[in-house]
Amino acid sequence: MNSHMILRVVGKFLIPLIVIFGLYVHFHGDFGPGGGFQAGVIVAAAIILYALLFGLKACKEAVPPSWIRIGMTLGVLFYVGTGVFTWLLGASFLDFDPIHPDIDHAMGQHIGIILVEIGVLLTVATVMVAIFYAFGSRQPEIMDEEQDF
Amino acid sequence: MILAAAEIGVHPSATLILDIGLMAMLAVVGIAIVRMRSLFAVVMLQGVYSLLCATWFVSLDAVDVAFTEAAVGAGISTVLMLGAMLLTDRNTSQITMRKSVGPLLIVILAGAALLYAVPDMPDYGDKDSPVNTGVGMQYMETTPEEIKIPNVVTAVLASYRSYDTMGETVVVFMAGLGVLLLLGLNGNAGRWKAQVNGQDISTDYAPVAEVLKSPGDAPKITPDEVKADAEPPKRRGRPKGSKNKPKATTSKTAAKKKIPHGKSKGRQ
Amino acid sequence: MLSEFLSHFNYIVVIFLMMTGLYVVFAADNLIKKLVGLSVFQTSVFLLYITMGKVSGGTPPIIEKSYDSHGDGHGGYGEAAGKAAEVLYSNPLPHVLILTAIVVGVATLAVGLALVVRIREVYGTIEEEEIDRINYAFNVDGVDEAASGDNS
Repeated sequence: MNSHMILRVVGKFLIPLIVIFGLYVHFHGDFGPGGGFQAGVIVAAAIILYALLFGLKACKEAVPPSWIRIGMTLGVLFYVGTGVFTWLLGASFLDFDPIHPDIDHAMGQHIGIILVEIGVLLTVATVMVAIFYAFGSRQPEIMDEEQDF
Repeated sequence: MILAAAEIGVHPSATLILDIGLMAMLAVVGIAIVRMRSLFAVVMLQGVYSLLCATWFVSLDAVDVAFTEAAVGAGISTVLMLGAMLLTDRNTSQITMRKSVGPLLIVILAGAALLYAVPDMPDYGDKDSPVNTGVGMQYMETTPEEIKIPNVVTAVLASYRSYDTMGETVVVFMAGLGVLLLLGLNGNAGRWKAQVNGQDISTDYAPVAEVLKSPGDAPKITPDEVKADAEPPKRRGRPKGSKNKPKATTSKTAAKKKIPHGKSKGRQ
Repeated sequence: MLSEFLSHFNYIVVIFLMMTGLYVVFAADNLIKKLVGLSVFQTSVFLLYITMGKVSGGTPPIIEKSYDSHGDGHGGYGEAAGKAAEVLYSNPLPHVLILTAIVVGVATLAVGLALVVRIREVYGTIEEEEIDRINYAFNVDGVDEAASGDNS
């Protein structure tokens, strides 16, 4: 417990910054390197770091598995929903132009890209955390007899 | 080599030196992965390999890809591999001489065939190659007019090819579902909740559990079976037997009969 | 010969790494090591795509700034488009393809690892030869001979 003290103190300070950096990467993805995929992975890395420092149990209290389950599906639905939304606006599937009337500045495209990337962010982040939860909470039931090396 | 490059007109630059250095390191790490026996070292080397790749991606102008590779390859996938390693094994067996001959032959043949095709490929960094004259470069021209965002990669990813990205998102989702089906979000998929004398028994859906709930059955199978199951060698076959059994068993007597023989039952 | 080598060095490296990965997939007994080999192979394919999209003297495909969406939009974009013609950019398309492939790759790798974990739980080993032996014993004799025979 005490041997992780420095890691925990530094980690506690860094984890919110990592999440904010992830969001920066997401919303700055139009202008620099970044986007939903990277941001999702960075947010997931923050949650995984929390789990590594404070234990899986604490992490599951902070980010309940039910959120993860919902987030996975919600991300895909968000993405597809954006496409359906453009359908309802009379354009073809995932054609973002009609979302915003300001065609000159391609505002529709900007909004559409951010919306779609939010879906990607949600899916990627939650899937990564879900995979980590699955591996992390699996009990190694036959571990004890394998310490023969 | 650098001098030779200068003589024939390829400009030796800092990037070329960097490229050659990174390539050499990649090759060394690749060989080390082949030779290592400790699984921990292999997994960590895989992370190093990803990080080197990410560095090279930066040198190759693929900043977005480098970003992703550094976060995913060196970060998440290393954590996942370590998690899987914790649940499985720490060491690997040596690749024996006998086993390595066939693969080596195939690899050498395939590598030679691929090398034979290399001179037909476009030059490195050629801006007039078929790759760089087609639709890829068109995106560079149309993006400022149609999408109006500076990062063309994002524009292509999310707007021009958003169908593609939708498919990828669904694939990631499906892969996540697959892991959850195999292991479970709380790590208990495919794992029986209760263990009676070493046999995993599900309390809610395996028929045999209903049988074992009645108190009369419990002592009959407990004592010696526990002992037998505690021996390491026999445990190998055990979960398989337990998996076959509950499905096949419906009646009380059948359940009782099958449990002692569960281990020796052949796999269908 | 040397010029040939220098102008195609990326392919040679890619082939070397690809064959390294392939060899690990073929020769390694351990399933996790096989997966590591698979990901080495996969990364070499990524390198193939990215090196082919590289343009000598190019810059990352992020169009240089003169976007002011608040001011006179047309001027800004026109300027940007003009610049795009001058500055040499690398090909963005391989980047897009590989960007998604990396994330999908790690997700499918996780599925593979989950399968390995389940195999381990059933067979007690992740060495391929052992698994084959256990399977063989089950199929031929119907007896758990392989498992009870050795005590490793």
